[in-house]
Amino acid sequence: MSTETVAARPVVDAARLKAWLPKYGVYAAIVLLVVYNIFFTPYFATWSNLRIQLIQVAPIVIVALGMALVIGTEGIDLSVGSVMALAAAFIPLYLGYGVVAAILVALLAGVAVGLINGVLVAKVGLQPIVATLALFVGGRGLAVVISEGKLVDIRNPDFLYLGSGDLLGIPVLVWIAALMVLIVGFVMRRTVFGRRLLAVGGNRPAAELAGLPVKRVLITVYVVCAVLASIAGLLSVARIQSSDASSVGLLIELSAITAVVVGGTPLTGGKVRVLGTVAGALLMQLVIATMIKHNLQPSTTEMVQAVIILIAVYVARERKTR
Amino acid sequence: MTNVSGPETPAIVAEDVRKAERTDRVVGTIQRQGALAVLVVVVLIALATFPNFRSFDNAATILVAAAPPMLIALGMTFVIITGGIDLSVGSLYVLGGVLAAWASQYGILAAFLLPLAVCGAIGLVNGLLIAYTRMAPFIVTLAALLGARGLMRAISAEGSNTYLVQDDTFRKLGNGSFLNIGYQVWLVAGLVVIGMVVLARTRFGASVYSVGGSEDAASLMGVPVRRTKVWVYVLSGLLAGLAGAINAAKLGSGVTVLGTGMELDAIAAVVIGGTLLTGGAGTIAGTIAGVLLLGVIQNLINQVGNLNSNWQQVISGAFLALVVVAQTYLVRLRRVT
Repeated sequence: MSTETVAARPVVDAARLKAWLPKYGVYAAIVLLVVYNIFFTPYFATWSNLRIQLIQVAPIVIVALGMALVIGTEGIDLSVGSVMALAAAFIPLYLGYGVVAAILVALLAGVAVGLINGVLVAKVGLQPIVATLALFVGGRGLAVVISEGKLVDIRNPDFLYLGSGDLLGIPVLVWIAALMVLIVGFVMRRTVFGRRLLAVGGNRPAAELAGLPVKRVLITVYVVCAVLASIAGLLSVARIQSSDASSVGLLIELSAITAVVVGGTPLTGGKVRVLGTVAGALLMQLVIATMIKHNLQPSTTEMVQAVIILIAVYVARERKTR
Repeated sequence: MTNVSGPETPAIVAEDVRKAERTDRVVGTIQRQGALAVLVVVVLIALATFPNFRSFDNAATILVAAAPPMLIALGMTFVIITGGIDLSVGSLYVLGGVLAAWASQYGILAAFLLPLAVCGAIGLVNGLLIAYTRMAPFIVTLAALLGARGLMRAISAEGSNTYLVQDDTFRKLGNGSFLNIGYQVWLVAGLVVIGMVVLARTRFGASVYSVGGSEDAASLMGVPVRRTKVWVYVLSGLLAGLAGAINAAKLGSGVTVLGTGMELDAIAAVVIGGTLLTGGAGTIAGTIAGVLLLGVIQNLINQVGNLNSNWQQVISGAFLALVVVAQTYLVRLRRVT
């Protein structure tokens, strides 16, 4: 009897669309935009255009991955842009000791910031937005102080290879971003840590009662997020071939949060959509690229971005209330 | 709520309750007046160590510089007490400035009304979305941040066109002074007093607190939860637009590059002033102290000639961390007793 009622339903009924949209809407939007561009945008379907788009989106993807993990714990990290600036400030100072040393110092800066954020959230019990706000304000200032406000040109060819080199015909930046996606995806799907993260984000009191190391999980998440941000920071320096602490990563926290949200990760925690986050970043990049190619001004692009964010969150909200 | 049950005798319980109430009062006072106390200490130290800080002109400079942030923080205080947040104010501030400068060619009234109308309308959209769709304030106002910035760039030819203020009266309002204190400061002081009265003495103020305390309880008590939420975002938008307008009057033009990060400065000031980001508690007096504290720190850093002005951000950040950590412990202390 129940099979009959199912068969009697129309193919596209509202309820099913509501369940489908938040999950696959972002992919559908990407496909639609790509198809539109292939037909109507000159020089869109070229290898060089694809390269440029991917290189531009790679740092955002890396930062957004960390942001997705933090949001999965019902947190938020406003300090990612400042971490990028810190990493950028340290690179020219330590490149004299070798590429590895410079990268290590930049990553250590990320670890330090992540630890501060994590401890403030997990042990002190601050709201994530406040805890990370302090470093958002102070971190970039510190980065500018460290670099004495100077824009430093980077000439080390080994380091620049990270930002402008190719490996098997694909930019190194894109390989690194893809590797990060794979690692984060693996961690979320296959490891105990991933499951614990979701448990902490889904219901923290329950996770505590179940004896999960809630505080350790939270601290680790903020450290991972900051380290990913410092990777994005050093890659940005390698791409731009200069380090400017006052501009690297400016407002990237907004782009990252947008990518995560558009990708279908709810701000209420307990769920992380890794591929969705990548798709969210790609969609926003694609929107911007499409509008620029059609000679629309950046101002219009920003307003369109605003509308996309609202639609994405509104759609996701429908699913949550059901 | 003190739970008075258990095996203790009533006399001991009463004694405990009294003690708990006393601790509660002391901790509560520290939490509310902490920023003020720190402000007084910092100002006293500054008066003793920096001769240049001691002049009346310097004090007036601090107040004038603090006027726009004060307006934004005033609106933000209302929003945060309801348990929300408004990230769009930085963009609305810049947008308001550009609109005011452009509209000043049609007279001083237009220079005020246009930014108020547009920024108030964006605040209204924020409020309606937040109150009626239950979307997170963080995201809605983030979208408004982008949208308002886009609008600002659209009317300023992608930020390349700086409108000069055409109206002399409007410009005078930004630079003139009464009793050697800028008109702006008087205006802001007036609005702050009104804000205090509204928050502490009116039904709307009571609604703001009760929405932030517990939305469910508030709606059971018959508080118009949605309407209250809509109004606080309208208020925040209006004040951000007004702040932009008076800044344009001061600078004589609508500057398109300022204002990034202004929302976070305002949030920092409100939080330093003792308003809890969880909503339900906070005062405008605290916010004044928070804004002034950040302003004085900036002023002091300018006084130390050889100190890089970027230290201001570092010190503000460290300060913010310190204050919120202290606050969290104070709140916990209250709950335990």
